[in-house]
Amino acid sequence: MNKEFDFERPIVEIESKIEELSREETEESKAEIERLQQKAQRLRQKVFTKLSPWQRVQVARHQQRPGLRNYIDGIFEDFLELHGDRLFGDDPAIVTGLAKIDGLPVILIGNQKGKDTTSNLACNFGMPHPEGYRKARRVMELAQRFHKPIITLIDTPGAYPGIGAEERGQGEAIASNLAYLSRLFTPIIVVIIGEGGSGGALAIGVGDRILMLENAIYSVISPEGCAAILWNDESKAEEAAGRLKLTSKDLLRLNLIDEIIPEPVGGAHRDYDETFERLKEALLCHLRKLQQVKVELLVAKRYEKFRKMGRFLEESKE
Amino acid sequence: MVQDKEGVLPPQNRRTASDGLWIKCEKCQELVYRREWERLLQVCPHCRYYSQLTAKERIAFLLDKASFKEHDKDLKPTDPLGFKDSKTYKKRLAQAQKKTGLFDATITGEGQLGGHKVAIGALDFGFMGGSMGTVVGEKITRIIEKATKRRLPLILVSSSGGARMQEGVFSLMQMVKTSSAIAWFKEKGGLYISILTHPTTGGVTASFASLGDIIIAEPKTLIGFAGPRVIEKTIKESLPEGFQRAEFLLKHGLIDMIVERHHLRKVLIQILDFFKSEKCPL
Repeated sequence: MNKEFDFERPIVEIESKIEELSREETEESKAEIERLQQKAQRLRQKVFTKLSPWQRVQVARHQQRPGLRNYIDGIFEDFLELHGDRLFGDDPAIVTGLAKIDGLPVILIGNQKGKDTTSNLACNFGMPHPEGYRKARRVMELAQRFHKPIITLIDTPGAYPGIGAEERGQGEAIASNLAYLSRLFTPIIVVIIGEGGSGGALAIGVGDRILMLENAIYSVISPEGCAAILWNDESKAEEAAGRLKLTSKDLLRLNLIDEIIPEPVGGAHRDYDETFERLKEALLCHLRKLQQVKVELLVAKRYEKFRKMGRFLEESKE
Repeated sequence: MVQDKEGVLPPQNRRTASDGLWIKCEKCQELVYRREWERLLQVCPHCRYYSQLTAKERIAFLLDKASFKEHDKDLKPTDPLGFKDSKTYKKRLAQAQKKTGLFDATITGEGQLGGHKVAIGALDFGFMGGSMGTVVGEKITRIIEKATKRRLPLILVSSSGGARMQEGVFSLMQMVKTSSAIAWFKEKGGLYISILTHPTTGGVTASFASLGDIIIAEPKTLIGFAGPRVIEKTIKESLPEGFQRAEFLLKHGLIDMIVERHHLRKVLIQILDFFKSEKCPL
């Protein structure tokens, strides 16, 4: 069952009415059901096109939202997982492996989040340790050496803030990946499928195309963290979510991402298959285009892409 | 000038401290004769407490006298998101600019160190906690690119709370910009020395600060990705003594050395001398 949001309540009311009517099985009730279904659909469409940033944060974090394993099953073939960073351990919050998409071999890197307490504990709520980023770096190197494109699927609250993570160099692990990805001679497509939590997301987020699912979010800090620091009050998270410009629409407008993948009405969790189909189509389209570009040019363009990001004023040149 | 940790010391106090003949150590409260304190590069002779240096002070003491030429001085921040918390970002910027006399949290340029030409940049913690917004990212990237083109050794001195929240994902992307530039610089054979000063955390630690060929920290510097308070809140236990301090990072193999402030110039010259004897493999 889908967990409904507060802002879906009017729709849920209509749907329970539909359920009631469907028990009657009369001609009139059938006609009424159809009318109500259309109404619910229209209402849902209306609600979801007008979601506030904070509401999108909730959709992006929805327990039933498709996660990495769902995308692997729904979009890719012949997935073979690769484990471990060869230095310290295997981080379950980052999954890497060999995969095929429509027959095309790719290296897949993604964040693993859980759907309930048990599965979340198993993958540390999708918050990677340095060994996760170093495992990712290991397969990036493999991708480059064998000319395989990389697809990364981002869904993390952020890098784990813990003692072990600091002891093993969380900052260095992220920084090295940024430097490494920027000079990696193979095509890279990045997709933010749920939460894009700051540096912890960015560590697998440097690529030639940055795509974002419609209701995904991408932010320099969580709205809660931002509220705690700037407002000294975590309950201001809703306001912070609005200020941070973390929705796909905002980020496209600011030229920080390349494309939004529209989600089915009501969010990706309402229709997994439709979500997979749309993302697969976009991935294939970009993959084919990127494979046409000489890889040296690709890397030069990647540098320029991020080089241009930022806004400042400059009166005179030196 | 006495540096305040949070950047919130009222200007009045700052003036009193900087105008007086004596300085009161922030840590041990002992009085130190001002000239003596300056001679010691703002390190307390009683308790060895390191005051934070401004970017200007830092560069002045590291480089050979009067050798510094500042670059990209005119770069000014904007407010790309129209950000507002209890204050508007515009207002915070204006206040920080007034307080520090800088447009943003970094000074970059070229100069000489022991006769070696170097490219240098220093973050200024007094300007919104040395946070990295677009201007910081852009200026750091430009000085790295200049060092690449002019084949100069690069020295970056960090002290920062991390990415600047008020510029949202623009700030985040400065991590990519600076790290990419460092990757290119190194590929072209450049030598990069990263100096970590109190405190260096967040997006700066997770980008250029951690990418030095040689990483040097001042004693007791707080260095980490996540701030100690965030970690404490997450793991719900108190942190071990000395956690995330320079000595802790040295023990865990994350930095090359800890160097006292008054030895820093000497050590840098030794490194620059060493690598000068090798021809750049360009």
